[in-house]
Amino acid sequence: MSKNIKIACKDIWKLYGSNPQDFFEKHQRNPSDEAIKSEQYIPAVRNANFDVYDGEILVIMGLSGSGKSTLVRCLSRLVEPTWGKVEFDGIDLLQASEKTLIEIRRHKMGMVFQNFALLPHRTVLQNIAFPLEVQGIDKSTREEKAREIIEIVGLQGRDNYYPRELSGGQQQRVGIGRSLAVEPDIWFLDEPFSALDPLIRKEMQNEFIRLQSILGKTIVFITHDFDEAIKLADRIAIMYEGVIVQLGTAEELISNPATQYVAEFTRDIPRAKLLSVQSIMEPISGEVSDQVHVYANDSIEKVARSVLAQESNVSVIDQTDQVIGMLKRERLLETIFENSSEE
Amino acid sequence: MRHNKALLVFAPFFLLIILKPWLPGWAKIPPKSCLGGCADIEGMIPFVDWVNAVINFLRKYEFFGAFTFRDITRSISGIIDSLLHFTEGLLHEGFADFNIGAIPWIALVGAAIIYGWYLRGWKLALLGGGCFFYLALFSKRGIWELSMQTLSAIAVSAPIAGLIGILVGILAAKRKSAERIIWPILNVLQSLPHFSYLIIVAIFFGVGSKAGVIATIIFAFPPMARLTLVGLQNIRSEVIEAGMMSGCSRMQMLFKVELPSARNELMLGVNQIIMQCLAMVVIASFIGQSGLGHDLLTRLQRLAIGQALEVGIAVVFIAIALDRFSQAIANKQPTHIPEGPFWKRRPYLTTFIGFVVAILVLSPALPFIAKFPEHLTISTSTFWDSIVDYITLHFYGPLASFRDAFLVYFLIPVRSAITGIPWIAIIALVACLGWKMGGWRLALIVCLFVFFIAASGYWVRAMITLYMVLVSLLICALLGIPLGIWASRRDWTTRVMQNICDTFQTFPSFIYLLPVVMLFQINDVSAIFAIIIYASIPIVRYTIFGLRNVPQEIIEAAVTSGCTQNQVLWKVRLPMAFPEIILGLNQTLMFGLFMVMIAGFIGTVDLSQEIFRALTFNDGGKGLVIGLCVSFIGLTADRLLVAWSDRQKQEYGLA
Ligand SMILES: Nc1ncnc2c1ncn2[C@@H]1O[C@H](COP(=O)(O)OP(=O)(O)O)[C@@H](O)[C@H]1O
Ligand SMILES: [Mg+2]
Repeated sequence: MSKNIKIACKDIWKLYGSNPQDFFEKHQRNPSDEAIKSEQYIPAVRNANFDVYDGEILVIMGLSGSGKSTLVRCLSRLVEPTWGKVEFDGIDLLQASEKTLIEIRRHKMGMVFQNFALLPHRTVLQNIAFPLEVQGIDKSTREEKAREIIEIVGLQGRDNYYPRELSGGQQQRVGIGRSLAVEPDIWFLDEPFSALDPLIRKEMQNEFIRLQSILGKTIVFITHDFDEAIKLADRIAIMYEGVIVQLGTAEELISNPATQYVAEFTRDIPRAKLLSVQSIMEPISGEVSDQVHVYANDSIEKVARSVLAQESNVSVIDQTDQVIGMLKRERLLETIFENSSEE
Repeated sequence: MRHNKALLVFAPFFLLIILKPWLPGWAKIPPKSCLGGCADIEGMIPFVDWVNAVINFLRKYEFFGAFTFRDITRSISGIIDSLLHFTEGLLHEGFADFNIGAIPWIALVGAAIIYGWYLRGWKLALLGGGCFFYLALFSKRGIWELSMQTLSAIAVSAPIAGLIGILVGILAAKRKSAERIIWPILNVLQSLPHFSYLIIVAIFFGVGSKAGVIATIIFAFPPMARLTLVGLQNIRSEVIEAGMMSGCSRMQMLFKVELPSARNELMLGVNQIIMQCLAMVVIASFIGQSGLGHDLLTRLQRLAIGQALEVGIAVVFIAIALDRFSQAIANKQPTHIPEGPFWKRRPYLTTFIGFVVAILVLSPALPFIAKFPEHLTISTSTFWDSIVDYITLHFYGPLASFRDAFLVYFLIPVRSAITGIPWIAIIALVACLGWKMGGWRLALIVCLFVFFIAASGYWVRAMITLYMVLVSLLICALLGIPLGIWASRRDWTTRVMQNICDTFQTFPSFIYLLPVVMLFQINDVSAIFAIIIYASIPIVRYTIFGLRNVPQEIIEAAVTSGCTQNQVLWKVRLPMAFPEIILGLNQTLMFGLFMVMIAGFIGTVDLSQEIFRALTFNDGGKGLVIGLCVSFIGLTADRLLVAWSDRQKQEYGLA
């Protein structure tokens, strides 16, 4: 399966301060930490290079203030990068005219915001129909479409309510509905569930997974919550002070952290859930139980029970049922208890 | 030690006062003519002549050789005139050409009741209906007609002022460069006394109701512009971004996202516009605006206190009703409409339609619907007159001796002390204070303000104005701060006091002259008392606000450290509330300045008397320059006090 690139980012920089453009040029487009600090610029995004593939969920993670929101806003040009290039479906976004940009946003992009950003004077129906309204679509068509979406996001019967009459979770459903109204190609979500209570957050995450299973969009999802990231992500980018320090699958981040920071970040994550059998299997040597096989792609958590029920090591097989290695009980136990042993 | 150092700021000021006998004449009172003796000008710099030159130039100027400034002003008054014609036709004259009568009184009462009920419930319904009913019932002396004239002037000026305000606010919000120009202009406009507007408008638009409406529009739009700007700037960036991601064009963004999101500020602006319009429409009677204000003015001039009071009460009623209704509109949040037949979805509208139909059907048969029966109307003026007579008879002696003692032992000494201060000492004072509070920029600005007054030739009069304001400020502080402290101690007193302040603040300032004239006749003392009543409102309000808004945790911390109630007040609440109290004093001073200018009407010899003279002689230059003097007194104090308050807040980490 070849991956199509939806958005390509090259060398994106975003500095806040009095005159970032000149400052940037003055320092040969690669200002050092010291220069940035001494001239009082805020480096919101530094030299970000990555691609977003068609149909994937890319999660951007990092602590508050690490530049996640700024980065995702550079992708839709809500924020003008100081430097860099953003290609969306091969179109150079930073060169696009205001008109082109409006067209792209009207038809190809949707965004969900942390604090919902609903229009308080419009009903649920009117909020969801809003992106269609600004396109000039006639009232009955857009309301019909909006009703379909209300159905999808589970707000039946609330059509005529105003945002302030809804709970936080319901408001975010409206926000999600609005961003989906134009059936966008790419969907940006900036900490969509961070403002919600933990229970509601979990419910909304499941709802999100359900929606994505229907829609299959390309998604850039921001969060500061690693559990959320693992639950949703195909790939995760970790940001620290404006820099993307590592980009990869959750498994890669955990088994192979690029920096101390990533290691710290991922330390409390239950490995068994994320690592696959493959990552800890060994070549066959000595005795192997022939009663139980485990698949190389399964997570450790999934196979743990059946493996531990055995007296000896078990064999690992691939998709075609070929034995490709073995799994040691001790290694399995080590992995499961790795987090706690470090403490 | 620290305090001693802080007091050093005053050193140059006191030094110059002590050195006064040895100062040259030009340093005591600003010289009347410029160096070399340019003849017949009032001050060092002939601001008045300059302004008049500009006015004369404008009056004669032809744009593109096609039309003159006069033509522009004429067509504007033409438009206003026809609008006024329309609203007056609706409200009380009817349209004879089409054989349509005015809206019957009973329709207004009913509409107010239904609308009030819809907005907030039966209390507001009662207030609205009661207000119109009062105007109809007590209209033996034509109060109904006068009220309708006043209301129709408001109905024309408020929407236009609102529109201008919104446009100016949008311009300022969208262009940083425009904001830099507009904001200071708004500051000056909002501190110019009412009469400066009247004079300038009278010069370009003549006198009469249309001129009054134009003056009202100009007077009332600045707060709306300011609130629009604030509202647009305060929209959360996420909301704007949501609009952009939905693909809004600039216009769609403005009209579909930004303006609706700034609704709260805009509605607050609507409330302020309406109240400003009412205040100004009353005062615009000085240039011939017909209505309640005009009646009030002529009766006050004839010292017919009882009749004036009767009119004044009608004004007060209208003020309260307008204020509460516009607030209720502002606070009304949209609510979803349940499904069902029309009358169920829109019960109030249905009731209203039914009511209108009933009136249309019944009015031919029942004449009292169209016109309140003459023989049932009442006048309260004789009642008020008898009260005034009673007061005069029984209290004249004590009141007069109080007044004289106040004058001789307090006012006159303070006045000579303040007017005796050399002007360079005052410049030195504001310079030092400005530098201390906000650095050299602030010092420069306030010095320029004061220098303008000195150079304008109205220094002495300005000092008399200052004396009146300072005396009132002192008394307001002595009364208002303890009152605020007392009221803030219990919930219900706080609520009551806030309600009283809210209500009193809605009255047009002119109204405050009535009770003091009733008590003290016409002189300095009554002017000062009018100022005190009017200007105490903000200091009470801010004191309560400051004391009440001390973070609960800090209070709890103090209580758990074993503070008594009194210690909590003196050691925690008051110091924490201090920055707010400074802001209250600032507002009190502003209110005081406005009231001083109006009190000039009952005879004082400060700037306000000059401005009345300018009004009589149609001297636009003088009117504007004096207005600017007043405005600059206010702005100087405002800049210094706000800077002081900000510094205190920062010191306490409250900002
Ligand atoms: N408009 C702005 N002006 C100045 N600094 C900004 C602005 N927006 C964001 N920043 C700064 O950029 C950094 C990154 O912010 P942000 O992208 O919002 O982080 P995150 O979304 O990860 O919390 C922060 O230090 C923030 O203070
Ligand atoms: Mg963020």
